[in-house]
Amino acid sequence: MRCSRGEPQNGCGDGGPRWSNDVIRARRLKLQIFRAVVLILLGAFFLVPIGAMFEFSTRGNTMDAPRTLTYWASIFTFPDLVQAIIASLELAAITALAMLLLLVPTMIWIRLRLPRLRRVMEFICLLPLTIPAIVLVVGLLPIYLWVSFYGDSIYPGAGDSILTLAFTYVILVLPYTYRTLDAGLSAIDVKTLSEAARSLGAGWPTVILRVIVPNMPGAILNACLLSVALVLGEFTVANLLNFENLQVALVTLGRLSAGVSIAVAVAGLMFTFALLIALSFVGRPRTQTKLPPPKAIAAIPQVSASDGPVWGQRT
Amino acid sequence: MTAATGNPVANTASRPLGGGRRISLDWLGAVPFFGYVGLFLILPTGIVVVGAFFSKEGPTLANISDLTQPFIITSLINSLLLSTITAIAGAFFGALMAYALATGNPNGALRRIVSAACGVLAQFGGVILAFAFIATIGLGGLVYIFLLNQGLDIYPNGVWLYTLPGLMLVYMYFQIPLMVLVFLPALDGIRPQWREATESLGGSTWQYWRYVAGPLLTPAFLGATLLLFANAFSAYATVAALVNQGGIVVPIQIANALQSETGAHDPGFAKALALAMVIVVAIVMTLYAVLSRRTSKWLR
Amino acid sequence: MNWHRITRLGLVVGIISLLAAACGPSTATSSSSWATATSASGNGGMTALIAAAKAEGQLNVIALPPNWANYGAIISGFTAKYGIKITSANPSGNSQDEVNAITAGTTRAPDVVDVGMAVALANTSLFAPYQVATWNDILASQKEPTGLWFQDYGGYMSIGYDSSKVPGGTISSMQDLLATSGLKGKVALNGDPTKANAALNGVMMASLANGGSLDAISKGVDFFHKLNQLKNFTPVQATDATVKSGATPVVFDWDYLSAAHGVDVPTWKVLVPQNAILGGYYAQAISKTAPHPAAARLWEEYLYSDEGQNLWLKGLARPVRMAAMTTAGTIDTAAAGKLPTANGTPVFMSATQATTANAYLNAHWAAAIG
Repeated sequence: MRCSRGEPQNGCGDGGPRWSNDVIRARRLKLQIFRAVVLILLGAFFLVPIGAMFEFSTRGNTMDAPRTLTYWASIFTFPDLVQAIIASLELAAITALAMLLLLVPTMIWIRLRLPRLRRVMEFICLLPLTIPAIVLVVGLLPIYLWVSFYGDSIYPGAGDSILTLAFTYVILVLPYTYRTLDAGLSAIDVKTLSEAARSLGAGWPTVILRVIVPNMPGAILNACLLSVALVLGEFTVANLLNFENLQVALVTLGRLSAGVSIAVAVAGLMFTFALLIALSFVGRPRTQTKLPPPKAIAAIPQVSASDGPVWGQRT
Repeated sequence: MTAATGNPVANTASRPLGGGRRISLDWLGAVPFFGYVGLFLILPTGIVVVGAFFSKEGPTLANISDLTQPFIITSLINSLLLSTITAIAGAFFGALMAYALATGNPNGALRRIVSAACGVLAQFGGVILAFAFIATIGLGGLVYIFLLNQGLDIYPNGVWLYTLPGLMLVYMYFQIPLMVLVFLPALDGIRPQWREATESLGGSTWQYWRYVAGPLLTPAFLGATLLLFANAFSAYATVAALVNQGGIVVPIQIANALQSETGAHDPGFAKALALAMVIVVAIVMTLYAVLSRRTSKWLR
Repeated sequence: MNWHRITRLGLVVGIISLLAAACGPSTATSSSSWATATSASGNGGMTALIAAAKAEGQLNVIALPPNWANYGAIISGFTAKYGIKITSANPSGNSQDEVNAITAGTTRAPDVVDVGMAVALANTSLFAPYQVATWNDILASQKEPTGLWFQDYGGYMSIGYDSSKVPGGTISSMQDLLATSGLKGKVALNGDPTKANAALNGVMMASLANGGSLDAISKGVDFFHKLNQLKNFTPVQATDATVKSGATPVVFDWDYLSAAHGVDVPTWKVLVPQNAILGGYYAQAISKTAPHPAAARLWEEYLYSDEGQNLWLKGLARPVRMAAMTTAGTIDTAAAGKLPTANGTPVFMSATQATTANAYLNAHWAAAIG
């Protein structure tokens, strides 16, 4: 039953201001207008340059030449492209998986047990972004000589495989994925969840996989999107280490002519976009609503927002 | 279980094993990460930093002293300006866009599409991004010609696209999507119950943002801004395509020192520049740590 | 974290870094006899070389874009003739990137490089001496006596322009670029002259055309300063796409590279200024640590055969054996007829002149166009 403003005598609680339907409707309308304006303006900012690129890639040679799709068609004539695409896809999968395996347990562990290391981890996870890739490769060259050497002794040809780039790519995605996962972990009460689960007898793998991870699907998905997009869009390190991944192949292909270079760039963007959309369907439970409280903490008395600092505690 | 001796749940979960030195076993959990990072990140960084003190002849401090040359200082100031402004502007607009997304259907098509688009655009850069802007507002660009035909010349005093302000505009193209992706999980954590609770206590929208949602989002917001700063600070390929002359920012100076085929090849100096960049980011990180500690004081 | 612990940690990382950078695993250099062969005839002749190269089955090249002096046709021609797969890495790399890749090691390192003279002279310790079969056709001034490097093709620095986008439809001299209207933001260099060889030569050509000399590039820097003040100069990196889109309709570049733009822009013209014919040749070299030494040497033989030289000529570059081939009648006269005309004697920068020019540019270029 909705109460109008301050009617304690009608059983409307302590008499503080309550919503009326008009207020709710007005606020929802304002929100929708805000969303529409922001999305349309920013959407235009992002889509117009891509439209300009597409327009350029279909231009003929002279001012009056008709629109042409020859540059787009020539994408499929490049023999090495398929190999490069497969290599990049494999790298993307390996990097995303390795990143999750490396980061999620470590971040949870540091939040719970080693809080002093948090700043250290934060700095380390920002380090790959402080050094431009062209210089980072200079430092990576001796490491890759060793990787090539030991890789070949483990399995002939493994040391020179393009998949060794995954070692570097996991490092390169660290800044972005750490920030995303950190935002996701901050939004849930890791300490309470894990303690509750442990008190009910769960081992650490269960705590991580079945209690904490399902509570941060947005963060994990966004971290994976960022990783895949970075690996598919990465050019500098692969180029300087003389590997041919998707972007390097696209640049080589692009040297054929101006129209082809832009057509392949737009095609690359659309390919990554389609892949990321497909990825967003994986792992999202179809009945997902806003985070319901996990079963594990049902035993603990619910704290409400009016409890001030106690609720706001984050570890 | 009673609460007589503090929270027994917490005590049970963190009871030391084997009695005594709990720290030594806790450290094991951090070994995989720090070991991997040590080999593939710290060591290459160390090689670069150590190399800053060497030249072709041997150990030297000349690379470090060369950092004080006026054109290097100008590059550094340009880099700082570019990174700071695009970080703050990118954070602001990105947060707006993230909020527009977070308040929608979490499973809807809009969110999927925009998230995927942000993923693609956050990593979009280099020659192609520069060309996208040239094709839009460059001298032969679609939008420029269109505005010119309407009577508006956006370049009355020269083409500003190829100067620092133009570069900032181009950088927004990947800064905003990056902010959206990194900040969205934090916004997802905002429960509608908090808004209701604020309302029930008599708070207005402004008070809700100022005292409830704002402080809770500030750590994530600051962290994301820091990420945007570092992202812009070390970006190289886009500047190299758009403003190829004159070494406007530090990464271009590094590339000149590493890849010059006309005699300016000096890998030791390039590493010294990289060392300078690491120090700058370390300073910014310290400021960030101080700021975030102050804003989250009440949360402790 | 206290400072004592941090400095200790930093010291440990520093020492490990020094060791890691200094020692590497022994990179297995090829034990084939071709790794040290200084000519084909001295090691069993062309048949033995072809057989050994085919056995290796692979060649690594670097920084050879398909539309650079017709390298696309040369690469496919070599693979078609000998069946050896060519891996072309880093197509947008420059000469310094090529020697950086040699020092990086691994089996993906380039076998052969095509570098500018400054880089070739500075890195002779990385090359293996080799003399191709047609060695005597190359002038003594265009090769290193033992064969560490030898020039391959060259051209003249030029001003390429889209005639439909410049005032008057034509540019007949350097001074036309100083027009006060019609050229705003249209003139570009191919790179930064403190970094790129082509750009350095572009500024030197401007110097020669404005009363400077090969020993003094200052007049060239002044010219570009004037150009910048008139707002005719644009700092954008000129690429095929920017040329076609009209963002850089006037480009200072080697004539053979400039001519390639004619494919995208039918109204493209190339001008070599009368009073400033500045030539520049590139040089071939074989890596001492080449992963495929026989294939590398076969590649050089192919490049310096009549077939290879004529393919470069088709790319509008002037092959180094051009004089000898014209006398012998083996030159592709149709392609030779398409070369941009240059009436006058070309001049070439020496190594010392290039170094002086570079030093001047390092000190003054950023301020001149800032």
